[in-house]
Amino acid sequence: MDGKIVLHLYVTGGTFPSENARANLKRLCQERLGGCCQIRVIDVLEQSELAETHKIIATPTLLKLSPKPSRRIIGDLSDSDKVIAGLGLCIDKLQADQEEE
Amino acid sequence: MNAIIEKLPTGIPGFDSVAQNGLPKGRTTLVAGSAGSGKTVFAAQFLSEGILKYDEPGVFVTFEESPDDICRNIVSLGWDVPQWQREGKWVFVDASPQTEQETIVAGAYDLGALLARIEGAIRRIGAKRVAMDSLGAIFSRFDDQSGIRSELFRIAATLRGIKVTAVMTAERTEEHGDITRYGVEEFVADNVIILRNALDAEKRRRTLEILKFRGTNHHKGEFPFTIIPGEGIVVIPLSSLELKQKSSDIRITSGNTVLDEMCGGGFFRDSIILVSGATGTGKTLISTEFISGAVKQGERCLLFAFEESREQLFRNAIGWGRDFKRMENEGYLKVICVYPEVAGLEDHFIKMKTEIEAFKPHRVAIDSLSALERVSTAKGFREFIIALTSFIKHEEITGLFTSTAPTLLGGATITETHISTITDSIILLRYLEMNSEMRRGLTVLKMRGSMHDKSIRQFTIDNTGMHVGEPFHNISGILAGRPVHVETVEDFCKLGRLLKGTE
Repeated sequence: MDGKIVLHLYVTGGTFPSENARANLKRLCQERLGGCCQIRVIDVLEQSELAETHKIIATPTLLKLSPKPSRRIIGDLSDSDKVIAGLGLCIDKLQADQEEE
Repeated sequence: MNAIIEKLPTGIPGFDSVAQNGLPKGRTTLVAGSAGSGKTVFAAQFLSEGILKYDEPGVFVTFEESPDDICRNIVSLGWDVPQWQREGKWVFVDASPQTEQETIVAGAYDLGALLARIEGAIRRIGAKRVAMDSLGAIFSRFDDQSGIRSELFRIAATLRGIKVTAVMTAERTEEHGDITRYGVEEFVADNVIILRNALDAEKRRRTLEILKFRGTNHHKGEFPFTIIPGEGIVVIPLSSLELKQKSSDIRITSGNTVLDEMCGGGFFRDSIILVSGATGTGKTLISTEFISGAVKQGERCLLFAFEESREQLFRNAIGWGRDFKRMENEGYLKVICVYPEVAGLEDHFIKMKTEIEAFKPHRVAIDSLSALERVSTAKGFREFIIALTSFIKHEEITGLFTSTAPTLLGGATITETHISTITDSIILLRYLEMNSEMRRGLTVLKMRGSMHDKSIRQFTIDNTGMHVGEPFHNISGILAGRPVHVETVEDFCKLGRLLKGTE
């Protein structure tokens, strides 16, 4: 369970950047993170309190809550390399873990 | 589009008068100012006064300081924000930088979440007011500045749609130049207020200027303001006060019968009298007589003394046969001694105004007004005098101000040049050197709306007060400080008779 990646994606309704971010995140997770991501999409128009708690300003915002340390990435996640680097995950280790399994 | 724009009274003391009833309702106003100009206080006070005076809840969006820091800073101004938060009258939207996390940008974004949070907060407490402080911080955090500008515009438009009146603050890099560093005004602001904290002749002077209110009126120019613990910003409206003055034809005594006669029957009630003269000519005496004259008639007096201590003043009064202590004990007199340097002129004004409002005197004496010149610039002093006289007249109080001339003989004071057009009466006191002796002279230089004695009278001072005597004869140049004996026709005849040996 240590390898479980918990990601929260904050979006605003069905705007273009938000839709793009959803699609980009899904693709990224499958292609680069081995599919072992727990993703929750939060619409700030419906849950502004949650955005308040996490002090989200921009949308889309991707929060990595686990593994620690938490990270915050804004934008539609179209720059995959930047997202991967930004998440600060040790991809090699991740892949090694998966191979072990 | 031509609909009349309503105003929302802010409740900030003095501001609504300058803004002619408040901020444009349902609009966003940009409050721009350099560091330390009072932007955050203005923003916080806009919400606080709304809660205190109009029961209108408010949302505070902070881009720079954390809510805790803001609370700490403004509790000292007398606003119990934590309590209001518990009561659901004040809500923070915390958009301040989260230090523990750096933000990585990967693609296009907007400020949709911020807008949703602001809207959510407004909905939760039914807010009527929103304050956003300060925009510079958000520009420095995101690279896409034109994108941020258009997002702020979107926020302002949304607030307008839900009929919320908002204040946004922004930094200025210099006191006179571009309105804001990031050019926000072009996008968000139909309404712009500028706060200044300018250094002029080694003195700080805070002013507020309404640069524009689109489609509605406001007073123009800079208005001084001060920030007082327990009250916050207090704007001193100058021109907006002046026009309401009434004028009375009721006469009141100066406290001296001869002086009353010289003035054509006494001073007018709700008039301003300036007493000018060198040190020791008897200005404090005239204000003492002015006070005791009022107290004898059962009127209440307030004396602001900026030159002498209580003990000195009371001793002087005793020396002239007047008992200030008894007058105070009986509630007819209140003496307030303040050293001019303890506060700025704006603070003095507010304090004096508060004292006058509390004591409700019939008469106010200030001894001396010129002592206050020391703590201000010339411009600030002029504004102070205008504000003070307007206020005193508005309250239908008689005001007697003294002004110390810098030279012993003759000379005008700076106070005089600033105040002479505002005062209704001017009394000049002068030393005269005559036959190797110093004498004192007094004249009524101006008595608005009345005939008055134009002679220059001698006067003496003893332990019962002031005694105005006969006019000086055959002397000219007294006011200029160079008295010269003038030969009259009578003198020539006398000389002729002497020469003929008939006398």
